[in-house]
Amino acid sequence: MEQNVLLEMKDITKTFPGVKALDHVSLTVKRGTVHALMGENGAGKSTLMKCLFGIYAKDGGQIFLDGKEINFKSSKEALENGVAMVHQELNQALKRSVMDNLWLGRYPRVGGLMVNERKMYKDTVKVFEELGIKVDPHRIMSTMPVSQRQMVEIAKAVSYNSKVIVFDEPTSSLTEEEVEHLFKIINMLRSRGVAIIYISHKMAEIKRISDEITIMRDGTWVATRPAAELEMQDIIRLMVGRELGNQFPPKTNKPGEVYLEVKNLTAQYSLLKDVSFTARRGEILGLAGLDGSGRTETLENIFGVATRKAGTITLGGKPCKNRNSRESIKNGFALLTEERRATGIFAILNIRENTVISSLKKHKRLGLYLSEASMKKDTQWSIDAMRTKTPTQETKIRSLSGGNQQKVILGRWLLTDPEVLLLDEPTRGIDVGAKYEIYQLIIDLANKGKTVLMVSSEMPELLGVCDRILVMSGGRLAGEVDARKTTQEEIMTLAAKYV
Amino acid sequence: MANPIKNLQRTAAEYRQMDSKDQRRFWVDGILNNALYILMVIFIVYTAIRNHNFVKPGSIVNIISQAAAYLPIALGIGGCIVLTGTDLSAGRVVGLSAAVSAALLQSPDWTNKIFKFLPDLPMAAYIVIAIFAVMIVGSIVGFINGFFVAKFSLHPFIVTLATQLITYGVILLFFMIGTNNGQPLSGLSQEYKDFVTGSMLKFDGNVNVPWYVLYAVLMVIVMWFIWNKTTFGKNMFAVGSNAEAANVSGVNVFKTTVLVHTLAGLMYGLTGFVEAARISSINQSTGLNYECDAIAACVIGGVSFVGGTGKISGIVIGVFVLRIIFVALNMLSIDPNMQYIIKGLIILAACSLDMRKYLVRK
Repeated sequence: MEQNVLLEMKDITKTFPGVKALDHVSLTVKRGTVHALMGENGAGKSTLMKCLFGIYAKDGGQIFLDGKEINFKSSKEALENGVAMVHQELNQALKRSVMDNLWLGRYPRVGGLMVNERKMYKDTVKVFEELGIKVDPHRIMSTMPVSQRQMVEIAKAVSYNSKVIVFDEPTSSLTEEEVEHLFKIINMLRSRGVAIIYISHKMAEIKRISDEITIMRDGTWVATRPAAELEMQDIIRLMVGRELGNQFPPKTNKPGEVYLEVKNLTAQYSLLKDVSFTARRGEILGLAGLDGSGRTETLENIFGVATRKAGTITLGGKPCKNRNSRESIKNGFALLTEERRATGIFAILNIRENTVISSLKKHKRLGLYLSEASMKKDTQWSIDAMRTKTPTQETKIRSLSGGNQQKVILGRWLLTDPEVLLLDEPTRGIDVGAKYEIYQLIIDLANKGKTVLMVSSEMPELLGVCDRILVMSGGRLAGEVDARKTTQEEIMTLAAKYV
Repeated sequence: MANPIKNLQRTAAEYRQMDSKDQRRFWVDGILNNALYILMVIFIVYTAIRNHNFVKPGSIVNIISQAAAYLPIALGIGGCIVLTGTDLSAGRVVGLSAAVSAALLQSPDWTNKIFKFLPDLPMAAYIVIAIFAVMIVGSIVGFINGFFVAKFSLHPFIVTLATQLITYGVILLFFMIGTNNGQPLSGLSQEYKDFVTGSMLKFDGNVNVPWYVLYAVLMVIVMWFIWNKTTFGKNMFAVGSNAEAANVSGVNVFKTTVLVHTLAGLMYGLTGFVEAARISSINQSTGLNYECDAIAACVIGGVSFVGGTGKISGIVIGVFVLRIIFVALNMLSIDPNMQYIIKGLIILAACSLDMRKYLVRK
C-alpha cells in the first residue's frame, strides 16, 4: 500500500500578510488514481497547488514525490520532473501553431541552431494519436475553440511523461461531448499509473471520475475519503462547514402577464436563427443548451451589442429597437455578461466607479457635473442591497472575490431601473455560498415583477431557479419545458436536436 | 481618505503589529513607491548647493513659466494615454497651430505678411479669432485621430503616425502661402505678445510672471473638472480600463474615444497659440518632438499605459519634474549631449517604478 503513494504533501503551511492561507494541509495521491480536491473559492486549493509548483514558496511542510523530497522552484522545474498542470485559464501563445505551443521551451534542434520542424510534427502527431485528439499540428491556436486548446495543454502534460497531472476546473468551458472525451483521456492516464489531481466545483463530475476526494475549507484540511462513500450532500456539508439544507432558495415569485415578446430573432454574424419566445413579468426564464448553441447570442442580440439581421422585440406592447446598449438600457434592459473579467468589470477602477457607470445620467447636476454625494449614496445602496463584502467604496474591484464582483455588477444594473434582466451565467466561478445569495437576489427581482432571462450551463441551477426553460440547439430554439416537471434528460435530448 | 491624520494613525497601528520582515518590506515598498519624489528632493537640494541661482526667484519663475507652456499639450495627451493610446501627432499640431496663430497675428505693417488680405480689425478681435482658429485646427486633427482609432479599431500609434506626417505636410504648404516662400514667420503684433508673454506679476525688481501661467492654471482647472466631475470623464476612464465592458454598460465607446482625441487636439492648438508668442519666430520645425516630453511627463506623473488610470495632479507634477530636471541640468553645466542620455534614463527609471505598482504580486 505504501509504495502506491506517488505524491505526498505533508503539513503544508503558507502565510500571507494577515492571512493564514494554508494551515498544515496534507494531501496524499496514489498512483493510478484520480484524486478530487474540493472546497469553496478561497479554501486554499489553488494556493496548495501553487506551493506544489513553486509559484509560491511554502512556509512549512514537506513534499515527497515517489518517496524523494522535492522542492520545485518553478512550474518549469516541476514539469521536467513529471508534475504537470492543466490550467483553468490557459496560458498559450495564441498566435502560434499547435505544435509550437506543445514543444515551447524545448524545441528539438538540428545542428544546434535550427528548430527541427519535421521531428516536432512527427512527435506531435504521435502524442495526439495516443490521446485520440484530432487536431492539425499546424493549426494556429487562436482559431481553435477553448476545448481543443485545452486538449493541446493535456497533450503537453502527457508529452513530458508526467507522473502527476493537475486538472484545474477542466470542464468549465467544455460541452458534454467534450467532457466525455476528456474523461476517456483521464481514464486512460489513470490506467497507465498516472496520479491525477482533479479540481472542480461540479459535484456530478467529481462523483463520476474520482477515486478519492479531499475537501478543504478556509485553508485547512477537512476530510479525505473514498469517493464512493460520499454523497453530494456530504460534500457540500464538509465544504461549507454547515448544513446547507437546500442548494436553492424557495421559489416565491409568481409570473404575471406576458411582458416581453421576441419574434424571429436572427443574427447577422452568428448562427442564431428565428428565435421567438415570450416572457412574463416576475418570471425567471432559463436558457439551456450546449456551448455555442446560441444562448449568449440570444441575449446579445436582444441587448443590441450584437448585430441583428431580423426580428422584433416588444416590451409591454411597445416595440423596442435596441440598436445599441444605450438604447436598450433606456428601454429597460440590462445585460450581465458571461465573461466577468473580459466584459464585466473595470478591474483597475474602484467599486463606486464600477457601480455607477451605467447610470451616470442620474447623478448629473445642471447638465454639467456629477454629484459625488449622489454617487456615493447609490453605491452604498447597491452594497447594502447586494450584501457585497468590501472594505470601502474606494476599494479596487479586482481585489474582491468573484462572487462579490458579480454582486457589484448586478448592483450596477439594478441602478439603471431595468424591467428585463438578461443574465449570462450569473454564477460562473462563484463558490457555493455566494451562489445561493445570487439565486436569492434573482428570485427577489422576479418577486418585484422584473422579467429575468437566465443563461446557465449548470442544469441543476436552471431547474432550481427558473419557471420555464427554453432549450437552444444549433442557434435555434429546440423547445420549451416547464422547470418543475422536466428532467435533465429531456433538456439534453432537446439540446442535441439540431446539432 | 477623508481624514489623513486618522489614516496615519491606523497605518502606525498596523505597522506596530507587523513582524520585522514585514516591517522591512513596508519601508522598501514605501521608498520604492515614492522613489521619484525622494530622488527629486535630493536632486533639487544637490543642484541648489552646487548653484545657488537655481533657487533664486528668477530661476523658480523660469521653471514655472516653462512648465506652464508645456502643460496644455501634456493635459491633452494624458487623455489619450488613459485610453491606452498615445498621440504622436501632438508636436506637429502644436507647430501648425502656432503657424496659424502667428499668421493671423502679424503686425499690420509687417511687409512679409502671410495673410495680406486680412481686413483692418482691432488686434483684440484677431486674438479672439486666433484662439478659435487654433482650437479648430487642433480639434480637426484630433477628431481625425479619434475617428480612425474608434471606427476602424486602429492602434493610435499608427493613426497618429500618419496624421503626424500629414500635418507636417500641411505645415510645409502653409509656409509657402503668399510671398512667404518657406521663411520663418515673425513680426508678431505687440498686442499678441503682451497678451501671452506680458507681465502678469512683477516682483523682486525684474522677475516677471507671464500671463500664460494664468492660462495654464485655468486649463488645469477645466481639465480637472472634465476628468473628475463629468460623465465624459468617467466614461473615459471606463473605456480605458475595459472598452468591451464599457460598451455593454451603455457607454458610447466611439463617441468617448473621438471626444478624448478631439479634446487633446484642442489642447495642442492652445499650446501652439502660446508657443508662437513665446518664441516669436515660427518655422517649419516648431513643435517637433513636443509629444515626447508630454508623454514622458504623463508617465512620470503616473498616467499609466495600463489604461484607465491617471490624475491631472500627476500630469502637473510630471511636467514640473521634467522641467526642473532640464533646468537643473543646465545649471549644473552638464554637457548638452549628455543631457539627452540623462533624460532617457530618467524616463526609463520612472516608468519602471510606475509599472511596479500595477504588477500583480504573487
